[in-house]
Amino acid sequence: MRVSLFITCLVDQMFPDVGEAMVVTLRRLGVTVGFNDAQTCCGQVAFNTGYRPEARSMAEHFIKVFESDPADFIVAPSGSCTAMVRNFYGELFQGPDERFWRDRLARVQPRLREFSEFIVNELGVEDVGASFAHRVTYHDACHLLRELGVSEEPRRLIRAVRNINLLEMEAPDTCCGFGGTFSVKYGEISNAIMQEKLARIVNSGAEYVIANDSSCLMQLAGGLSRAGSPVKTMHLAELLAQQ
Amino acid sequence: MPNPDLTQRSHDALENSVLQGALKAATDTFIERRREAITSVADWEALRQRARQVKEHTINHLDYYLEQLVATVEAHGGRVFWAHTGQDACRYIVDVAQARGIKSVVKSKSMATEEIELNDALEAAGVRPVETDLGEYIIQLAHEKPSHIIVPAIHKTRAQISDLFEEKLRAGRPNEVAEITAMARKRLRNEFLSAPMGITGANFAVAETGTIVLVENEGNIRLSTQVPKIHVAVVGIEKLIPRFEDLSVFLRLLPRSGTGQKQTAYVSFLNGPRQTKAEAGFEFHLVLMDNGRTRILADEQMRESLYCIRCGACLNVCPVYQKIGGQAYGWIYPGPIGAVISPQLQSLKQSGDLPFASSLCGACRDACPVAINLPDMLLALRAKAKESGVDRKPAEHAAMRGFAFIARHPGLFTWSGRLMRAFARLMAKGGMIKSGPMPPLSDWTDYRDLPAPRGPSFRERWKKEDGK
Repeated sequence: MRVSLFITCLVDQMFPDVGEAMVVTLRRLGVTVGFNDAQTCCGQVAFNTGYRPEARSMAEHFIKVFESDPADFIVAPSGSCTAMVRNFYGELFQGPDERFWRDRLARVQPRLREFSEFIVNELGVEDVGASFAHRVTYHDACHLLRELGVSEEPRRLIRAVRNINLLEMEAPDTCCGFGGTFSVKYGEISNAIMQEKLARIVNSGAEYVIANDSSCLMQLAGGLSRAGSPVKTMHLAELLAQQ
Repeated sequence: MPNPDLTQRSHDALENSVLQGALKAATDTFIERRREAITSVADWEALRQRARQVKEHTINHLDYYLEQLVATVEAHGGRVFWAHTGQDACRYIVDVAQARGIKSVVKSKSMATEEIELNDALEAAGVRPVETDLGEYIIQLAHEKPSHIIVPAIHKTRAQISDLFEEKLRAGRPNEVAEITAMARKRLRNEFLSAPMGITGANFAVAETGTIVLVENEGNIRLSTQVPKIHVAVVGIEKLIPRFEDLSVFLRLLPRSGTGQKQTAYVSFLNGPRQTKAEAGFEFHLVLMDNGRTRILADEQMRESLYCIRCGACLNVCPVYQKIGGQAYGWIYPGPIGAVISPQLQSLKQSGDLPFASSLCGACRDACPVAINLPDMLLALRAKAKESGVDRKPAEHAAMRGFAFIARHPGLFTWSGRLMRAFARLMAKGGMIKSGPMPPLSDWTDYRDLPAPRGPSFRERWKKEDGK
């Protein structure tokens, strides 16, 4: 099985450990991992902020990078960026004379997988051989849950980790309040939403909050740090790389 | 920079601890009730997809069904007025009242009449409107706007309502809920008995049979339509459904989604003016209102925002609504559906900031009984706000353009990333940036820390490892 990594710009620049953990985990599972360093950003930030021409130019770049990649799957450590390409790129190439781009997009879209859905649904693996003797809780990232419909896969992977104690928080499927540029445009509202989430995380009794999106984790880590909470954040890939 | 009004309004809401408590209690309760209520439907998903199909079909053939509705209503002896604008609707209703020398009317809760500010038009013409839904009655006494589509006084606590009744009704202070409702009931009963005209909205208008369907729990709609001789229904043109049997779908969806009930206490089916042998002079007026809806209809991308049945489920599950409540949205339609239809019914210029005040979490789409793709509508409106220049933010646009340029040039991306991370590490203390020097970084650090990037970027690490 050959996989080409789609390392989101946030992971690449801000949370590179997540990318490394992905490589470690996938290699352990016998996957051949490649990384095309011409990739940059999928354009979600521009798209979600209403700048479609800018998003489109980034989408074209993304398609060019991955269309001729021979990998069986393109795997990303983010439900949100996976959803951007799989669910929303189509909206950027809608016109009647866009067939050229739609055909090229069709060579990329079907191969794209989020990290946890790739391991569980494509490799058919739940126990990746990880071990982590801590109490954790799992946050359902909104786009992973509602755009991709992935909620069981990450939980199965977590439950299969040795010595781990998964404690579900109340309403794990509610938003962390991040929302891309919403987090700075309406920071006060974003914060109010986050505070409720943080209380649920803390009340779960977990030492770590696990999620599959570094954007949510950036928000939660920032909030936990500001509150002086001992609870730490961890990407699922980092958890699965623990031995 | 966000629109100062929306930012200020949401700030006020977040600072209001009474409102925060009321919102939390109310939305938690509605979410839980809805969750329980939908378990009594064998296949909820199939039901809502069926409803969506009916709505899609109706909206796509609205011209046909509108003509059918007009014909069936007129066949029952009802009169139909086509209102292009809200003012047209108000003028017609005021004319009906004045031509008959009517000085007061009873009203049921209706978003359509809120939308066109009918009460103001009636008052200006010397006709006294009396809201008869308890929540609306409270809002009218307080001179406020509703904060929820189905529970207009959701933002008010019992104590606040006790204060309000004591001050406005001058009949002592009601403390218990039963005392509050008894006091309102006593006042309203006299209004019902004396009012010559009742004004309602409609939950559904059935084209095939000319039936106006009204769903409620308090009985005030039943009274408003059955005691006065004249009934006026103000109905947005998107409220149509083709056949009577389609109600079997919608009457299962609406109460479960709205209040979490399997069925409401009252459902009225009205076919034209009342008819009795003993009396004459009954009238039924149907005001079919466009008021911007055909503009939405003409826009294929946005058309599905007309499928809404005004249940309010999207409000209750929305993390933003849960925090800022309805009044912060600035107009009568709050929550995700408000953020979608307000900029279309008003204008992008007036309320184009609303679509940006969302985390795009998508909980609204899951809750919507007609599966409106609300996040997609919000995204489309954001794009329209930028394309039309209504939401012009030169610095933001320049940054986005610059970022897109960098993202098309991987070498530049690597280098500018290195620079950005070096700056970030300079600002960090203990791995966290606690205070950004300027927006947008300071907009972030006003509320939380920012984890500083650790070590080289992934691409740099990969290159190093690959080179070995």
